[in-house]
Amino acid sequence: MKALEQLMEKMKPNKDAKFPLAYWVWDGTYTFLFTPGHVTKKGVHVRDAVDLKRTMFTVIIALLPALLFGIWNTGHQHYLALGEFTALNEGFMDKVIFGLIKVLPLVVVSYGVGLGIEFIFCSINKHPIQEGFLVSGMLIPLCMPVEVPLWMVAVATAFAVVIGKEVFGGTGMNILNPALTARAFLFFAYPTKMSGNAVWVSTDVDQGQQVVDSFSGATALGNLAETVGKPVGDAANDSILAMFSTDGMYSLYNSFMGFIPGSVGETSAVAILIGAAILLITGIGSWRIMLSMLLGGLAMGYIFNAFAVNDFMTLDPIHQIMLGGFMFGMVFMATDPVSAAQTNKGKWIYGFLAGFLAIMIRVFNPAYPEGVMMAILFMNVMAPTIDHFVVQSNINKRMKRAKVATA
Amino acid sequence: MSKTVKIRKGADLNLVGTADKVSASVSSKTFVVKPTDFHNVTPKLLVKVGHEVKAGTPLFFDKYSDRVKFSSPVSGEVIEINRGEKRKLLEIKILADQEIKYAEATPKTGSREEVVQTLCDNGLWPFIKQRPYDVIARPEDTPKAIHVSAFDTNPLAADKDFVLHGREADFQNGLDVLAKLTDGKVHLNVHASKTTSDVFLKAKNVEINTFYGPHPSGNVGVQVHHVDPVNKGEKVWVVSPEGVAQIGKFFATGQYDASRVVALAGSMVEKPKYFKTLQGAEVGSILEGNLKAGDTRVVSGSVLTGEQIQADGYLGFYDSTITVIPEGKDPQFLGWIAPNFNKFSFSRTFFSWLMPGKQYNLNTNTNGEPRALVVTGQYEHVFPMEIYPQYLIKAMITEDIEKMEGLGVFEVAPEDFALAEFSCTSKMPLQDIVRESLDLMQKEVG
Repeated sequence: MKALEQLMEKMKPNKDAKFPLAYWVWDGTYTFLFTPGHVTKKGVHVRDAVDLKRTMFTVIIALLPALLFGIWNTGHQHYLALGEFTALNEGFMDKVIFGLIKVLPLVVVSYGVGLGIEFIFCSINKHPIQEGFLVSGMLIPLCMPVEVPLWMVAVATAFAVVIGKEVFGGTGMNILNPALTARAFLFFAYPTKMSGNAVWVSTDVDQGQQVVDSFSGATALGNLAETVGKPVGDAANDSILAMFSTDGMYSLYNSFMGFIPGSVGETSAVAILIGAAILLITGIGSWRIMLSMLLGGLAMGYIFNAFAVNDFMTLDPIHQIMLGGFMFGMVFMATDPVSAAQTNKGKWIYGFLAGFLAIMIRVFNPAYPEGVMMAILFMNVMAPTIDHFVVQSNINKRMKRAKVATA
Repeated sequence: MSKTVKIRKGADLNLVGTADKVSASVSSKTFVVKPTDFHNVTPKLLVKVGHEVKAGTPLFFDKYSDRVKFSSPVSGEVIEINRGEKRKLLEIKILADQEIKYAEATPKTGSREEVVQTLCDNGLWPFIKQRPYDVIARPEDTPKAIHVSAFDTNPLAADKDFVLHGREADFQNGLDVLAKLTDGKVHLNVHASKTTSDVFLKAKNVEINTFYGPHPSGNVGVQVHHVDPVNKGEKVWVVSPEGVAQIGKFFATGQYDASRVVALAGSMVEKPKYFKTLQGAEVGSILEGNLKAGDTRVVSGSVLTGEQIQADGYLGFYDSTITVIPEGKDPQFLGWIAPNFNKFSFSRTFFSWLMPGKQYNLNTNTNGEPRALVVTGQYEHVFPMEIYPQYLIKAMITEDIEKMEGLGVFEVAPEDFALAEFSCTSKMPLQDIVRESLDLMQKEVG
């Protein structure tokens, strides 16, 4: 390692150049390879071993199960559409290879564009690259439909980094979660490419292959949205509801395991829960936010059950939160410490409302099946206000105490 | 009413090299008084190079609070006066006599004013610090209470039980003197399990408050916050137990006895133990032959709050601990992902949380570079006050005076943020930020 270190030292570019892009790229690479030998100067003489790099990479490790499952599931859904390898244990390698071909470009484009822009901003502002985008860059492909064109991923990533983050002052200053900003941007700018029935499952066919007749391409939430507007038990909904029964395509088991169409990383509750366990054990994800958001989602689900006027509202709340991006948003998006509420009390309120609103938007406005995205972004905006009131109550308490003391 | 307070937030840093409870006498040749130990004091010299001084002879006074004088710990000759940039006074060095000669003094204990004057004239006043702002108290003020913390929870810090062993009379006498300075109470804050000495537990005429829990429960600011917090416009005075004993001895005998038992600790010390010396002693004579080979850092005070000194530097006025730890100048390959079983972290991204009893040998490496504030809830975890530390820090960075007042700036001192600074993922210099803000507040609010 000494040799590598010396090699790096030899390559060190000039920091004081007019546009020191080369230096900051070098610096980013060097600090990636080596935790620098910097020592404390004033204040504490010893420092905790954790730094932002380790924090961020822990999140990436937590995202890996969802990524790996997403790769397999992309292939699985594709072959389901073709009517080949329909059993879960068939064609594992084919499915993985197909998934890799589809998913890896998304990841590469997201990181390439995002890190490129970050390095340019670093050179302008003359500060080292911050690790924040490492996580955003992984979240962006995982929350996209697999058939989204790569140029749109590039545009969305650029939008998220520049408008979502850098205009506020970079890492740590943003109001909205950058990955959700990217997704929301595409959702509103190119709605046909981000929703509907054509984007969730790859139907690329080779010669001699063809899509089976029964294939619809819709997601569970897309199907459920069609039940809205008809009374509970309407016969027209029977075929849809059958898909959510125990042996239907969207059975609780299938939605929990993730064998359903959806954005790349969001389908498998199991994979996401493994990630959640990593985040909770390491203490990096806020358990307050995850728990309160889960409770919020369930609460809304039960309220809908009690006052159901259509079949969507009668869906079992546990089943409800397994669908769509709820679990993924709860574990990886809502817990982003920068855009979430920052006080412990605030985190409870923030999480609960995010879960509550996610289910509400999803059911009340079928045009936005991804209620989770809207709910979290909305709560991102509200978070500073929630914190303001929590902090203000502390201030008021202190002022009151001072008044009593002087009276 | 005595209070019992359970501190739940915070943590003890378990480091290698606790001082064994045996003490040896050591005689240093030279001693210094560092005006920089006294924050915000502008020193005006009373002596020149070549002057003969006695133990207790004033060396300088504060230009802006001219009653407060600072005394020599030993008798001898002033041999050097060192200045830094802009002629800032750094050190007054004294070559000690073989036998200490004490300046003559007659302590007066009649009225409160006589006590104050005696303390000021004889260089004992600097032991009395105040909250807010963590600076030396002003003799014109009357505090609402005086607090003495009888234990130190900083990593490897000297055990106050051991340091004050056998000084019951001095300590009690000091408490009685302090009682004359306030209309309120004198609080002696002890730890439920760490404090065992009768010097503290049998002290009379004071409120004895009992604290449970880990560091920073020993920080007097934390104690004040839980017993009777400082409000705007109020003053609370705090004195270290060593200071109380020294004041007590002076009022009993008229001697400025600066002797102090000091812990030499840390992983780079061969045989960590206690030494009997005087405040301001040269540490070279203490470290001699007792250091392990390697690049070391010597700290006067604890690793969280102390000040780096040279291996032939001098003990700080308020310090009872000398800590020696290794420097950490080596880069680590892929340090962000390596398991690092030997590194310590409050976060559970390392394995230290699975080994709660393990002692760690920490070096001075920052373990990463400064970053924007991203992680939340981390300061709260080690900050046992009803204060939102991250919001307070942000108000400090933006110099928002009104916000700082509301968020409790009058109740904190830099040392209260030391543990948060240690744990900070973004490697922020919190103690510096707090110190600068307290100075700003003192200037703006007074």
